[in-house]
Amino acid sequence: MLKKSLLAATAVLTLTAGTSTAEDIDIVFVGKNTGNPYFDSLTQGFVDACEVIACNFEFVAPATAEATSQIPFLEAQIQRGVDVIAISPNSPDALNQVFQSARDQGIIVLTVNGDITGNEQFRDATILPTDFTKVGADQIEMVGSLIGYEGEIAILSATTEAPDQNFWIEGMNETLANDPKYANMTLVATVYGDDQPEKSTTEMEALLANFPNLKGVIAPTTVGIAAAAQVVQSRGIADQVKVTGLGLPSEMREFVKDGTVEGFQLWSPYNEGWLASYFAVGLKNGTMTNEVGGTFEVPNLGTITINEGNSINTQAALTTFNADNIDDFDF
Amino acid sequence: MTLVRSILLRREAGIVVMIFAFCLAVGLYKPHFLTVQSLRIILLLVPLIMIGAMAQMLVLVARHVDLSIGSILGFSAMVVGLMYREFPDIYWLVGFPVAILTGAFLGLGNGLLVTIFRLPSIIVTLGTLSLYRGLTFIISDARQINRSVIPTELKAMSRTSPIFDIPWIILIAFGVALMTYVVARHTQLGRQIYALGSNPEAAPLRGIDVAKVTLVVFTLAGALSGLAGILYASRWGFVNPSNTGAGFEFQVIAAVVIGGVSINGGVGTVSGTVLGVLLLGCVSAALPLLGIPGSTQNAIYGAVILIALLIDRSVRQRGVTSLSRAAS
Repeated sequence: MLKKSLLAATAVLTLTAGTSTAEDIDIVFVGKNTGNPYFDSLTQGFVDACEVIACNFEFVAPATAEATSQIPFLEAQIQRGVDVIAISPNSPDALNQVFQSARDQGIIVLTVNGDITGNEQFRDATILPTDFTKVGADQIEMVGSLIGYEGEIAILSATTEAPDQNFWIEGMNETLANDPKYANMTLVATVYGDDQPEKSTTEMEALLANFPNLKGVIAPTTVGIAAAAQVVQSRGIADQVKVTGLGLPSEMREFVKDGTVEGFQLWSPYNEGWLASYFAVGLKNGTMTNEVGGTFEVPNLGTITINEGNSINTQAALTTFNADNIDDFDF
Repeated sequence: MTLVRSILLRREAGIVVMIFAFCLAVGLYKPHFLTVQSLRIILLLVPLIMIGAMAQMLVLVARHVDLSIGSILGFSAMVVGLMYREFPDIYWLVGFPVAILTGAFLGLGNGLLVTIFRLPSIIVTLGTLSLYRGLTFIISDARQINRSVIPTELKAMSRTSPIFDIPWIILIAFGVALMTYVVARHTQLGRQIYALGSNPEAAPLRGIDVAKVTLVVFTLAGALSGLAGILYASRWGFVNPSNTGAGFEFQVIAAVVIGGVSINGGVGTVSGTVLGVLLLGCVSAALPLLGIPGSTQNAIYGAVILIALLIDRSVRQRGVTSLSRAAS
């Protein structure tokens, strides 16, 4: 379902079906920061969708992912008079006023890949890759299946204040505490590599030194999982310590191919951009409505439901990548 | 006795004591810290900083500073990464001359700005810190060079070894240190760099071509930063326009200054710089091992740098005092 070649095929079909009526809709996507490969894939989803449904798309992002760094970009886009602002917000509350002035001008504001929790009234809808309340449980099941549901595990996360990661880690702790299936697994440490390869590496090495019986490591961040895998690869201990977590197939392919990593998970960032474009154009054209409980069709993704709080998920559960399927994904 | 005294009087004595004291203290609490495995971890942490520190040492000795070396590292790594992406069939070793020449070119840019416009190097390189970083974004279209693009042979240099199971990347770093030692101590250029830094006014009177030496120093620093750039791609397997080399200049300046290099120019040794790099490597590896949470690690890291500088200063002061007492 994440295969781009398939998407391209659908794209051609839709185009010849003549549904492109959105000639003048301008969509801008404001990323967290530039140079983040995750957003390259998400942006490509917008680009491809806009080739099909003929919207005008632009990607902008500040150099750093600071709370206020997106504000000047948003103000410029409001002045330009875009129709839709999609944004991966760097702050849950610093952007409220800018969003308000955008919506006062009739601009649709969609948060993508992350929401402004607690300030939902300042955006129209949010598009999240999957149901974040299930990520923690899915990751525990993933590491459990790799270590035979028994032994010590650790978490190597991003920064201590990363909201998504902390939410997932909370879910992991709850799952371990409440689900008897994982009663023989013990979480011995949660450490933070700040999404820097150097720091993630030293933290991973310290985990291996401090917990000689460690069986598995969950790194729910793309930099962390690659650093953890590199440590295991360089030490040649893939049979003793199983690394998993959330990673990009393009970054993890090498480790899956050489057997360092047996499996890891993520969703398709590409589909977030794809869905956001269809939804944005649908809302502007009046062919879709932004009502809780409502549904709409997106080519290749099927029927999408608008959940409580105008929240939309691109896929129901995480995708698991392993040696059998990793070559099917090019993000 | 004279031998002991001469060793203790060396600037390096204080930092050697600090490294031993620190490692023993950590080892008492975490015996694992005093193993070969741990040494390997530390040595794999320091190659880039070691090479950068050699570059910065030469610049500081010449009474300049180069704040742009992290951006030069990033730009050179990006040029090489783009080359590997656009020409996948190119022989992987070509990356080394390309990275070194790219770095040398940017370093020469710094040197020209400093000499032609007679601007303070701290201002020039503060500008090029942003300029070179910005150019990295422009040439890369703000996109990361992914792991799949970096040649396997290059990545393997951070794991595989030609001798004694010591990875290539560590050998290269110590090789650079050795070459810097030879240049600094046994060449005319080295003597000119020290003379220039000791007394820039008197240097021309002694027949030193100040502009030429300044240009060479900045170009060398750029070339070494370029080498560190391709080794970044080897060690971490990717090149990112915003992260690669960011903050590198500060790690390097901390290591160099701990190693006894004076920011007033004219003073500094390769051995001291190597020890400064190793001390910071030990601290970086020890903090997570001690289970110190990430939120406090930065503060402790900074405190260790300050304490190291204070101890170094007091040890040296005592050395000078006892020397003058012995003389009188």
